[in-house]
Amino acid sequence: MNLVESIRIAIRALNANKVRSALTMLGVIIGVAAVILLVAIGTGVQEEVTGSIEGLGSNLIFAFPGNVEEGGGGGFSVTKQFTLEDVTLLERRLGTSDEVVPIIQSPATLKVGSRELRTTIAAANEHADEVFTSTYLGGRGYRRSEVAASARVIVIGSKVKDKLFSNTDPVGKKLDVNGQQFTVIGHIAAQGGSLTGDQDNQVYMPVTTAQRLLGTKDIGAIVVRAEDPRSVDMLRLRMQQILRPKFGDEFSVFTQEETLGILTQLLGTLTFMLAGIAGISLLVGGIGIMNIMLVSVSERTREIGIRKAVGAKTYDIMSQFVIEAVVLSIAGGAVGIALGWGGSAALRQWVPTEVTWWAVALAFFFSAAVGIFFGVYPAYRASRLDPIDALRYE
Amino acid sequence: MVERFGEAAKSTSCPEEARVVLEARGVTKRYDLEGITVHALCGVDLEVCEAQMLAVMGPSGSGKSTLMHIIGLLDHPTDGNVVVEGEDVSRMAPNDLAAVRNKRIGFVFQSFNLLPRTTALSNVELPLIYAGIPMLKRTKLARESLERVGLGDRLGHFSSQLSGGQQQRVAIARALVTKPSIVLADEPTGNLDSRSGIEVMSVLQEFNRQGVTIVVVTHDAVVARHAERIVHLKDGCVVHDELVKDRTIAEDKMRELEAEEASGFPESQDASGATRA
Ligand SMILES: Nc1ncnc2c1ncn2[C@@H]1O[C@H](COP(=O)(O)OP(=O)(O)OP(=O)(O)O)[C@@H](O)[C@H]1O
Ligand SMILES: [Mg+2]
Repeated sequence: MNLVESIRIAIRALNANKVRSALTMLGVIIGVAAVILLVAIGTGVQEEVTGSIEGLGSNLIFAFPGNVEEGGGGGFSVTKQFTLEDVTLLERRLGTSDEVVPIIQSPATLKVGSRELRTTIAAANEHADEVFTSTYLGGRGYRRSEVAASARVIVIGSKVKDKLFSNTDPVGKKLDVNGQQFTVIGHIAAQGGSLTGDQDNQVYMPVTTAQRLLGTKDIGAIVVRAEDPRSVDMLRLRMQQILRPKFGDEFSVFTQEETLGILTQLLGTLTFMLAGIAGISLLVGGIGIMNIMLVSVSERTREIGIRKAVGAKTYDIMSQFVIEAVVLSIAGGAVGIALGWGGSAALRQWVPTEVTWWAVALAFFFSAAVGIFFGVYPAYRASRLDPIDALRYE
Repeated sequence: MVERFGEAAKSTSCPEEARVVLEARGVTKRYDLEGITVHALCGVDLEVCEAQMLAVMGPSGSGKSTLMHIIGLLDHPTDGNVVVEGEDVSRMAPNDLAAVRNKRIGFVFQSFNLLPRTTALSNVELPLIYAGIPMLKRTKLARESLERVGLGDRLGHFSSQLSGGQQQRVAIARALVTKPSIVLADEPTGNLDSRSGIEVMSVLQEFNRQGVTIVVVTHDAVVARHAERIVHLKDGCVVHDELVKDRTIAEDKMRELEAEEASGFPESQDASGATRA
């Protein structure tokens, strides 16, 4: 009997057992799609976040109030917050070539006419644009004089512009922030998300203006950019020296590289966790395949008995079952890959995803191996029985 | 009930010149179950002659099915030899036995043993696939075979869409499609009502008339009397071997049955007398 004939028999047998075939394929599909999707989410988030930190600009050093290593970072246990005095102190002591940027972030409500939008204020000084490398699609950033005067000027992210101003040019328009009127002076190109949230969904204003608006003298963080990449470590030490007399141990300083390292580690753990969950789905899918195959053994054993009684040889039986299992696994695997891939693409609206080839390969080969093993092994045993034992099998 | 002809020859009842197509020589079968040994067959000698219709009869548990499975090469004897058309097949490898079954032997089982969710035509094609016959010829032969058992209009029906009698006729078509020298039928009417049973026996007798050797295993004397010769088994041994005088012709009974139905007054006594001993 030739291969074509074997394939025809296998297809016919699969057709005669549509429910079993579909259920087996479902196991493969779920396993493969789940692994591809979850690993894609993990990888996508990781790449997006590291990308956006790198995109912040280079040679940055971040100072936060509170001791992050002891778990205090930015939370309730922070006893002493940074103020603009600390910024001035750093500016004075570090030298003119290194830019010092105070940062405040706070939720706020925007209003234009009857349109309202909840978003985040990110406030800094006139160096912000250089340090964070933003691109203006229209208008300009706030100037030193505006920072000094706490001017009510505001720069808006691309999504804020879309939501509040649609297709009109926002520059020069009025905008209410927490009930106070501001003038829009510029809008920025889309940048994507970052660790501080979606940058496109933020508005930017001078730090002094934000302090007045929020009624505070505190600053969330201080960012320093080193002119020379080689001086980053030295600069970090200097910052610690400068801040220690006032804050003791109650502050933390990270270089951009360290931040990246910590985040990469964190996100790596996330990816592993997702891969773990995916692995469980794969296992569940595999057990599903195994169950269906084993449950159908008694029926299949009788079928094997009938085929042997009318003259099927051992390899006729084996080739039929191997082909059946391979066809099911490949078809299921293909559908699973398509679903995983399509799902990743569809999810991209909400979550960054990145399909990795190793996840595809792993999921596919694992499901295929399970399908083929549990499809073929019982058949192998049955094909070696005397036909009468196969016919009598219960 | 069954007339016995004790004068029949002991080991063979073949008329002179008739070839022996199938032979069991000292076939024994023992089953060991948890220390208890069951002697299913105790050294059976049997010769089946060409174009003969033979019935193997005996009470339940006498070893009829076991004997049929062994001479049909579905099972191995514990001891003894099986000879098919002069060839000793006792030491053959499983794949060679499969080839012999495919070419020379057809089976009809009490429980039909058709492939589920598969059409009548595909079921009948099955032995031809394993014989390596190309598709077009295969379909043609299978269709012819089904037509010969009167199911030419049921080719595309699944087993579940056929009555028991029709399923058994599909099984007969499958058994005969490779033109085997011998057909073995184990209680072919066991799962059927009397009318379908008569139909099945009539088909078997028809093929026998055309020269196919047929062995029917049954516990039913009425069914056995359709054969030309009856071998009686008891506790795994052949106890009697007789030729049937005045064998039942299934076609005649069919006609009687039809006549009764036409008259509208089936006389219950006659009807039961015709089908049950
Ligand atoms: N697989 C088996 N394992 C153990 N014993 C078996 C097996 N098959 C048959 N036997 C025993 O062999 C004996 C003969 O069984 P067999 O099926 O040949 O009887 P039979 O004449 O066909 O009976 P029936 O008319 O009820 O079908 C019985 O006693 C049975 O218990
Ligand atoms: Mg039996």
